[in-house]
Amino acid sequence: MTPTLFTIGVFVLLPIIYAIFLSFHQVELLGGTNLEFVGFDNFARMIDDYRAGIALWNTFQYVIIVVPTQTLLALVLAATLNAGLKGEKFFRIVYFLPTLTSSAVLTLIFMWMYNPEGAFNQFLDLFGLPTYNWINDPNVALFAIMIMNIWATAPFFMVIYLAALQDIPDSLYEAAELDGAGPFQKFRYITVPQLRPITSFVVIMGIIGTFQLFDQSYIFSGGSGGPSNSTLTVVLLIYQYAFDGIGRMGYAAALAFALAFIILIATVIQRKLSKEETIY
Amino acid sequence: MKKISVKRSILYVILSLYALVTLFPFLWALSSSFKSLEEILTHNMNLIPQNFTLDNFRFIFMEQPMFMRWLFNSVLVAVIGTALNLLFNSMAGYALARISFPGRKSMFILVLAVLMIPGQITMIPNYLILNQLGWLNSYHGLIIPAMVNATFIFMMRQFFVNFPKEVEEAAQIDGLSRVGTFFRIVLPMAKPALAAQTIFVFMASWNDFMRPLIVMSDQSMYTLPVGLNQFKGVFITQWNYIMAASMVFTLPVLLLYAFFNRYFIKGLSLRGDK
Repeated sequence: MTPTLFTIGVFVLLPIIYAIFLSFHQVELLGGTNLEFVGFDNFARMIDDYRAGIALWNTFQYVIIVVPTQTLLALVLAATLNAGLKGEKFFRIVYFLPTLTSSAVLTLIFMWMYNPEGAFNQFLDLFGLPTYNWINDPNVALFAIMIMNIWATAPFFMVIYLAALQDIPDSLYEAAELDGAGPFQKFRYITVPQLRPITSFVVIMGIIGTFQLFDQSYIFSGGSGGPSNSTLTVVLLIYQYAFDGIGRMGYAAALAFALAFIILIATVIQRKLSKEETIY
Repeated sequence: MKKISVKRSILYVILSLYALVTLFPFLWALSSSFKSLEEILTHNMNLIPQNFTLDNFRFIFMEQPMFMRWLFNSVLVAVIGTALNLLFNSMAGYALARISFPGRKSMFILVLAVLMIPGQITMIPNYLILNQLGWLNSYHGLIIPAMVNATFIFMMRQFFVNFPKEVEEAAQIDGLSRVGTFFRIVLPMAKPALAAQTIFVFMASWNDFMRPLIVMSDQSMYTLPVGLNQFKGVFITQWNYIMAASMVFTLPVLLLYAFFNRYFIKGLSLRGDK
C-alpha cells in the first residue's frame, strides 16, 4: 500500500492542489520556477481569448456529432453480431483491431488515406462524388478527424453492448414474437429500452473521451491546430499554452479546470436527460 | 425457413461490409509498407504490391538509427511500467480487501476519487514536479508517475473481496506468513485478473502519446508514438517508410492480443458494468 499511496500522493493529490495554486498565478519557467499571484486574472482572460472560443466550439461540435454516431453504430453492430450467426468470433476480432492500434498509427494511416490522391478521394471519385483536400481544407479537416474516430471507437463500445446483450432474457423476445413483432420492432421495443443503463454508461464514457481529444488533432495538424484553427481542441490549446515557454502555464491550468468543469456539467446533463427518457 | 435465410444473408452482408470498412485501412497500410515509393505514387489503390519489397523495413531498421532506439524505449517503459503496475495494484487491492488497518475506508474512497480526476488537470503540475525532481527527459520520469493505476486497484480489490478466505487460512495454518501467502497462494490464483491487467496497462503505455511528448525532450528518449510523429515530419512524402514503421509499431500489440484474447473480452466486461 505504501508505494501506491506515495505515487498517488506525489503524482495525483499534490498536483491537484498545485494546479489550483497555479491557476491563480502567472508562471515563469526561467531556470527555476517564478510565480506571481494574479488572482482571478487567468479565469477572466478566457473571455477575451478568441482561440479559446474556437477551441471550445470545435470540441463542442466534435462531441455533439461523434458521441451519438458512435453510440448508435456500436449498438447496431452489437445487435447484428448477437443474432447468433456463425463466424461471430471472426467478426469480433476484426472489429476490434482499431481499438488495439495506437492513435498515432491510426492517425498516420488516415492522414495518408486523406491525401489528395489517397484512398478516400479515389473512393469518392468512383461514385462521382466531390473530392476534398481533407487535411488542408479548414472546412473539412475537423470532419476528417470525426470520421476516423467514430470508426476507431465504435467497436470498443460495441463490445460493452455485446456483454450487456447476453443478459437480456430470451423470454422477452419470445413473448414479442408471439405478439407478432418483427426484428425491427423487437430491436426498438425490447433491445433499446433494456440496454438503457448501458447506453447511459457508453454516452458518458463517450462524452469524457471526446472532450479530451488531443493526439489526433496534434498529429493531424503538426501541433498547430490548423488549418486556420479548424482542428484546434481545448486540450491542444491547453498543451500549447502550457509548453510554449512564454509563461502561460498558469493560464493553461485555469483552462484545464474550465474543461473539467464543462465535462462535469455535460455528464450531469446527460444523466438528467437519460432519466427523463424513461417516461415514455 | 426461406424468410430466415434471407434475414441471415442480410445480416451477413452488413457484417461483412463493416468488416471490410474496418480492415481496409490496415490492409492498405500493410500493402504500402511492401511497396516502393514509385509504386505508392502511381498505383496506390492496388492492395497487392506489384513489386514486393522489404526495402522500407530495411531502411527504417538499418539506416534510421533512431527507430531502433524508439522501439527500445517503448519496450523498456512498457515492460517495466506493466510489471510495477501488476505488483503495486494487486498489493494495494489486496490490502484494501483483506488487511484491516486504520484509515482503510478513507483510502478506498481516495482510490475511487482518483478515478474521476481528468488527466489534463494533473498534466501541468506533474510537469513542474518532474522538473523540480530533475526527472524530465528520463525513463523514471515516464515510468514512476504511472506505476499505479486506480482503475486496476479497484478491479483487484473487487477480485480479492470475492476470493475464498479458507484457502488463505489453510496456508497460514501450514506456516506461511502474510507475504508468503500473498505471493505463493493468492497471486497465482489471480492469474485471469492479472492477465487482463497486463494487456490494458501495456497497451496504454505502448500507445500513450501525450505523456512521452511532454516528458521527453531529446529525440533519443522518445517512445515510438512520438518518434513516429517526428518521422512524419522528416519523411513528409515518403509514406512507404511511415507505413512500414507503423506496421512494426502495431505488431507487438496484435501479438499480445492474440495471446491473451480470452482475458481481453472478460476484462472489458469487468470494466463495463458488472
